Amino acid sequence: MAYSNKVLEHFKNPRNVGTLDKGAKNVGTGLVGAPECGDVMRLQIEVDADTGLIQDAKFKTFGCGSAIASSSLATEWLKGKTVDEALEIDNMDIVEELALPPVKIHCSVLAEDAIKDAIKDYRQKNGIESKAEAAA
Amino acid sequence: MALKKIYLDNNATTPCDPRVVETMVPYFFEHHGNAASRSHPFGWEAEEAVDYAREQVANLIYADSKEIIFTSGATEADNLALKGAYEMYRRKGNHIITLTTEHKAVIDTCHKLEKQGAEITFLDVERDGLVDLKKLEAAIKPNTIMISVMWANNETGVIQPMKGIGEICKKHGVLFFSDGTQAVGKIPTNPRELGIHLMAFSAHKMYGPKGVGALYVSRKNPRVKVTAQVDGGGHERGMRSGTLNVPGIVGFGKAAEIAKKEMAQDAERLSGLRDKLEKGLCQLEETYINGNVDHRMPHVANISFKHVEGEGLMMTFNQEIALSSGSACTSASLEPSYVLIALGLGDDLAHSSLRFSLGRFSTEEEVDYTIEAISKGVNHMRDLSPIWEMFKEGVDLTKIEWSEH
Repeated sequence: MAYSNKVLEHFKNPRNVGTLDKGAKNVGTGLVGAPECGDVMRLQIEVDADTGLIQDAKFKTFGCGSAIASSSLATEWLKGKTVDEALEIDNMDIVEELALPPVKIHCSVLAEDAIKDAIKDYRQKNGIESKAEAAA
Repeated sequence: MALKKIYLDNNATTPCDPRVVETMVPYFFEHHGNAASRSHPFGWEAEEAVDYAREQVANLIYADSKEIIFTSGATEADNLALKGAYEMYRRKGNHIITLTTEHKAVIDTCHKLEKQGAEITFLDVERDGLVDLKKLEAAIKPNTIMISVMWANNETGVIQPMKGIGEICKKHGVLFFSDGTQAVGKIPTNPRELGIHLMAFSAHKMYGPKGVGALYVSRKNPRVKVTAQVDGGGHERGMRSGTLNVPGIVGFGKAAEIAKKEMAQDAERLSGLRDKLEKGLCQLEETYINGNVDHRMPHVANISFKHVEGEGLMMTFNQEIALSSGSACTSASLEPSYVLIALGLGDDLAHSSLRFSLGRFSTEEEVDYTIEAISKGVNHMRDLSPIWEMFKEGVDLTKIEWSEH
């Protein structure tokens, strides 16, 4: 299967690879997938307490090229967004940007899940209820 | 170092040897006749060429030329052997024993036969990929008509104990069919000596052309028959109708002749290169060789690089090096190799595996380059891998609640 140039570019030069201090209060960590499925993504956000903006994002991914590119792209998009804005990132935006074929759509879903998981962790740590939970 | 593309996927298909191509060429135009045309020289020439090739192919496996049935390839030969023998002998019983590590051409054919009333036992192999002869013998029942075991596995290169299986089959009066696709032409294969009654193999795995294969059908002690699965003009002793692929068969014959002559030297050279490749790659931490290393094809290595996903790893070098991964991440189901799973590997190690299959045209320079490129790729992927990081921190990965998806 041929990968798009964008996937190849992210794969060869992945952005924001690394690890943030998961113990820090302003860091949210998302870990999704499973080794036996062939995909594990860990995505972390660091939120500036004053501005409420995501000032840093890091990832590490075990998976195919599309999974790595999806998470690399996600970290790029997360930086500078508010947490609420970050929640609006849709997996189909990733599919479109990276021109993922249908068999690789699950990679983008995993990236979206990782973002949501990281935000959930951040909010739990800081006692922030999500809008949906607050409304319920 | 800029190199041409390196091909280490010879278990998928081999390049057609230029000596084979040269032999085939006249049979496309100059000698284009139908081997079944008995009434003119065009037909006679074609028939003569097919007869000669049949001798060459038979000679490779120490068989009589009358025991060679040409087919379109090993898949068709597998189908003919299993379906044809089942149809021919089902009055004697309906039970067939095979292995979980067989090629899909055998497994799926067996599933098809199940729907037609056959009882199939898919026997598990041991952790090293070998079948346990005691378990195999214990699986035989009064209604067993055939045991189907591949000679050498396509993914791991593991060679089954064919002699022992042949003895068991003889003792119990059961037919022995083997898919010999990966073995024939690479290591000595003498079906008669080992008590194999039917054997499928293919030209394009031994530096011949694609689209042609054969089924060996034992003619004496015992005389085995299979019911034709393709009906028509009654070619190939009535077992496989269809105009013969004369250029393909001529190429198959030449490939068989060369294989017989050069097999020993190829095997010796390639096992040296394979060992060098394995030694080089096993310098990396947490690297495991899959399959029994003492009973294995000389040119094959199957290696797992823990905490690295195979398809992703391949992307680090697949512009330059061609090989196969045990991770089938191209399907939505993300199924890892069923062969490696059958060896008892966890899904994670199966997803982390690569299959290297060297060939006649592989060079030491290519192997050296491959060791370097793959080591670099593994390190790149491990730098990216969260589970490698956790593993290095001493986290027990089995204790983590992974979110299945």
